[in-house]
Amino acid sequence: MMPFQIVVLWSDMLVWLLVAAGVGLGVLIARNPPLRAAWRRVGANRVGMAAATVLLTFVLVGLLDSLHYHLRMEGKPGQPATYAIEVLSVLDALATPLRSRNEKTYSEPFATRLYAKESIDLPGGGTTRDYPRLKHGGKHLGDDEGAVVEDAGFTAFRAAAIAFVGWLGLVAAAGALVGRQPGDAALSGLQRIWRGETDFAWNAVLATLAAILLVVVPLFWLAGSYHVFGTDKVGQSVLYQVLKSVRTGLIIGLVTTLVMLPMAVLLGIVAGYFRGWVDDLIQYIYTVLNSIPGVLLIAAAVLMMQVVIDTHPQWFSTAAERADLRLLALCFILGITSWTGLCRLLRGETLKLRELEYIQAAQAFGVSNGRIIVRHILPNLMHIVIIALVMDFSGLVLAEAVLSYVGIGVDPTMTSFGTMINNARMELGREPVVWWSLAAAFSAMFILVLAANLFADAVRDAFDPRAA
Amino acid sequence: MLKIENLRLGFAAGKQTLAAVDGISFDIAKGETFALLGESGCGKSATAQGIMRLLPAAGRILGGSVRLADEDLLHLPEAAMRARRGGRMAMIFQEPATSLNPVLTVGRQIGEVLERHLGLIGVPARERMLELLRLVGIADPERRLDEYPFQLSGGMKQRVMIAIALAGDPELLIADEPTTALDVTVQAQILDLLARLQAERGMGMLLITHDLGVVARMAHRIGVMYAGELVELASREAFFSRPRHPYTQALFAALPEVSRRGLKLTTIPGQVPSLSVMPNGCRFAERCSHVMPQCPTVSPPWRELAAAHSVRCHWDGEALAEGMARHSVTELDIEPARPFLEVAGLKVHFPIRRGLLQRTVGHVRAVDGVSLSISAGRTLALVGESGCGKTTVGKGLLQLLKPTAGSVKVGQRELVGMRAKRLRAARRHMQMVFQDPFASLNPRMRVGEIIAEGMSALAPDTSSQARNEAVLTLLRQVGLPDEALGRYPHEFSGGQRQRIAIARALAVQPELLICDEPTSALDVSVQAQILNLLKKLQEELGVAYLFITHNFAVVEYLAHDVAVMYLGRIVEQGRAEEVLRSPQHPYTQALLSAVPVPRLDGATAVIRLAGETPSPANPPSGCHFHPRCPQAMDVCRQRYPETSDVSATHFVHCHLRA
Repeated sequence: MMPFQIVVLWSDMLVWLLVAAGVGLGVLIARNPPLRAAWRRVGANRVGMAAATVLLTFVLVGLLDSLHYHLRMEGKPGQPATYAIEVLSVLDALATPLRSRNEKTYSEPFATRLYAKESIDLPGGGTTRDYPRLKHGGKHLGDDEGAVVEDAGFTAFRAAAIAFVGWLGLVAAAGALVGRQPGDAALSGLQRIWRGETDFAWNAVLATLAAILLVVVPLFWLAGSYHVFGTDKVGQSVLYQVLKSVRTGLIIGLVTTLVMLPMAVLLGIVAGYFRGWVDDLIQYIYTVLNSIPGVLLIAAAVLMMQVVIDTHPQWFSTAAERADLRLLALCFILGITSWTGLCRLLRGETLKLRELEYIQAAQAFGVSNGRIIVRHILPNLMHIVIIALVMDFSGLVLAEAVLSYVGIGVDPTMTSFGTMINNARMELGREPVVWWSLAAAFSAMFILVLAANLFADAVRDAFDPRAA
Repeated sequence: MLKIENLRLGFAAGKQTLAAVDGISFDIAKGETFALLGESGCGKSATAQGIMRLLPAAGRILGGSVRLADEDLLHLPEAAMRARRGGRMAMIFQEPATSLNPVLTVGRQIGEVLERHLGLIGVPARERMLELLRLVGIADPERRLDEYPFQLSGGMKQRVMIAIALAGDPELLIADEPTTALDVTVQAQILDLLARLQAERGMGMLLITHDLGVVARMAHRIGVMYAGELVELASREAFFSRPRHPYTQALFAALPEVSRRGLKLTTIPGQVPSLSVMPNGCRFAERCSHVMPQCPTVSPPWRELAAAHSVRCHWDGEALAEGMARHSVTELDIEPARPFLEVAGLKVHFPIRRGLLQRTVGHVRAVDGVSLSISAGRTLALVGESGCGKTTVGKGLLQLLKPTAGSVKVGQRELVGMRAKRLRAARRHMQMVFQDPFASLNPRMRVGEIIAEGMSALAPDTSSQARNEAVLTLLRQVGLPDEALGRYPHEFSGGQRQRIAIARALAVQPELLICDEPTSALDVSVQAQILNLLKKLQEELGVAYLFITHNFAVVEYLAHDVAVMYLGRIVEQGRAEEVLRSPQHPYTQALLSAVPVPRLDGATAVIRLAGETPSPANPPSGCHFHPRCPQAMDVCRQRYPETSDVSATHFVHCHLRA
């Protein structure tokens, strides 16, 4: 009997469906020569590939966090198996040391003592007010608390050296791969990568990998003995929270865009192409939607959903399920309220396109309206859609932060960049200031959004036939 | 006065700088018009921008000198240069619609120059503005001064632009294609104005154009540019009587003209070489019909032929290019019993909607009762100025725009009011070739898909094998290589794109092709290729053309019948020879006289038309043409003239012929 039971949350299903769709799309692209050529151009773009490498790292974290299970409780043999109420993910399992080694409250990155003074009972009787020693952070140092810098520096260096060796292995593998491809026979694969003469931007990918490995490996190595990003109010590791937030951010960004996109594209094109009363109707809808303050609309919808969830506790067997459904509902609400901008943009562009001569030529052939939209209008709007998609992805990750800040975002039990920033509101107000939580959330979000933007640029450039 | 020596201009592309203008030298005397002639992409405009030091961001001045009355402009600091621009030299741009700022009044825009260069403000400035507007022939200048550009017509905008250019009393006027965007009658007005102003003020003028007709009317001396180099410098007489460079000769030979009817036009093979792959020797060598062994390697030096006539060419023959192949069937003398397309009383009105409830308050009568007929294998040219409704007729015929009234019969079947499904089948018989080859092909589709689109829409059951075959046949028919199939439109030049558009239209084997100014966006030599192609296709396939154009040279060369349109109606219709040789309607006469002819003796008396075409939303009462007609009578103001027969095939709507 397996020691665990797999739990499939709704959002997990969506995430893995998206992965499957991505793989399917990849197969389709591989079979279609012009599309393959376009993606090759993406592959040749150095900045784009560097951004993709960073994005993939985030996606990997998100995917690991999307495989959930229950642990089986210790029970007497013969009895039906019972499972723990707590739903864990593979990421949780991998990050068990981060998850389980909680302090009492705030502590600074690499600190050995708490951030607040407490009354400590002295062994000889009596009490003193001092910063108590952490339970886990820097425990191996014993009383030698001053040696943090040397110890951490040395550990980091050792880890970086190991990471570098690992990276060299990757470089060798890439070199061998390139070397097998046809090309200038005089140069080995490595030389070609070094000179940037490969079709795929290997040098950019390897350089980014080097940067990621040199940062990440020492970080996690140190995380075994220190709280590298500090701890929060209840003593949880901030690094762990950042890792957990990645999935929330990705889901908010992706699922919302997927909800919004069909609506914006369909309504925008239909309004612009058919004009007349259809156009009027759609314009009125989005003008009305736009004139309601967005946060108010979202707040109203979220509060209503919360009431529904609260009045039907029997729907959910675990707290994780409830938080998950709330996340998805938030995605849908955000999607339904945020399509107007893109819709308006696409309507305007379609109005311009429909007057172009190639559309008229198609009409002169008696090509049906549906076909004209799919073959002539949609492909010429794709660059706008791609740009809007990524801008919205970044915008939504940020919007989630704002919504959680006003308290109508994700479930309080769920970690997200928004809840982290929301907590930071109090932390920045206290004296002395707790800065690490906000800084960590900010940096992670910044890197994620920047990588997404750069990658979108590369994709758009590659798909523009005029620039190719 | 202006002396340019060995001027070299380039554009930065990535790490290298590509020379767009490579060592040109010429000078312009006071009161002289120097015309810079050449096809697009030869560096004409870059030269003008270089003289003004207004090159775009990527532009670099690589060397040489530009001296305006012994002052080296290229070494002046930018601040001093600003005093020269608009002060000592001024520029008129091609597109009057975009060269004026839409949110400033005319007065503000002229005043700007007066204040900057003459220090005039307040009342004296206003006086000067009124004077300037009168000078450029704008009626009622007091009112116009406080109007915005959108309240002015295209011709008036160009006049205002000229007034702005003159405001600083320049010694040199640079006119970059000043009339290309204007109609022929307005063009004649503007050219006259420029010539008059120049004579009065003794300005030097650098005229940049691709139109040999404009050159013949305006220029004193001519420089021909090819691929960034001057190849021939000549006085007007020498240029038009004895052009010597093979490129100049080819330009002349490529012009469509009535004397070349039934002859194949001479074309220049290939294209202007791109900046990155400029040949070492003579840049024209690859396309030249007189190429000699040294041409591709040795750049030819200047050779003085006569006073004020020099040429850069190794070849010293003189003969104009010979050997125009006659078409096998020159003129199809078809006397058809039954016209293929019959249009009667076609009207296309656009409602003008105003107010909250979008109430219809009037109609733009774009097409107001047009009747035409075309027989198989013939070409009907529909001629008129912009805004007269020619293009709307074409779209109305194809039912791309729903006609308000009238009938369109194709092979006896009525198209107006036909159900969508049957209409689709009927579309097979008529297709359209559009004006702008850059807007008429979907940039995201490959050429093969573009051409096959019509076939798959109208005959969905053909196998993809057969369709592919058909596409290849079409590509060969229009003279494109087979591998064009898998490429995108942006990889082709304008002429090649127009071939693709023609192939797409022919794909469904139509009996009638509506060509909407198919050559107006193309250079002369490319235009000749397309016209040759159209003629060849007519011969081979017997397809009829409705040729919508404003270019009379093309009409003379190609058309069997001509219909002249003015403000939504046909004013004169007949056989090409009849209409062009003995035009009966005053409008036709004025149009024909306004066309600049690329010959020395071309300057016949131009019939001036007052004003510009009125708006079709509010056409004049009676005969639409009467406010501009030099021979208007009382009856013209009251009644629209009936059809009068001049001959069995020649009709005119004019009270003079009634």
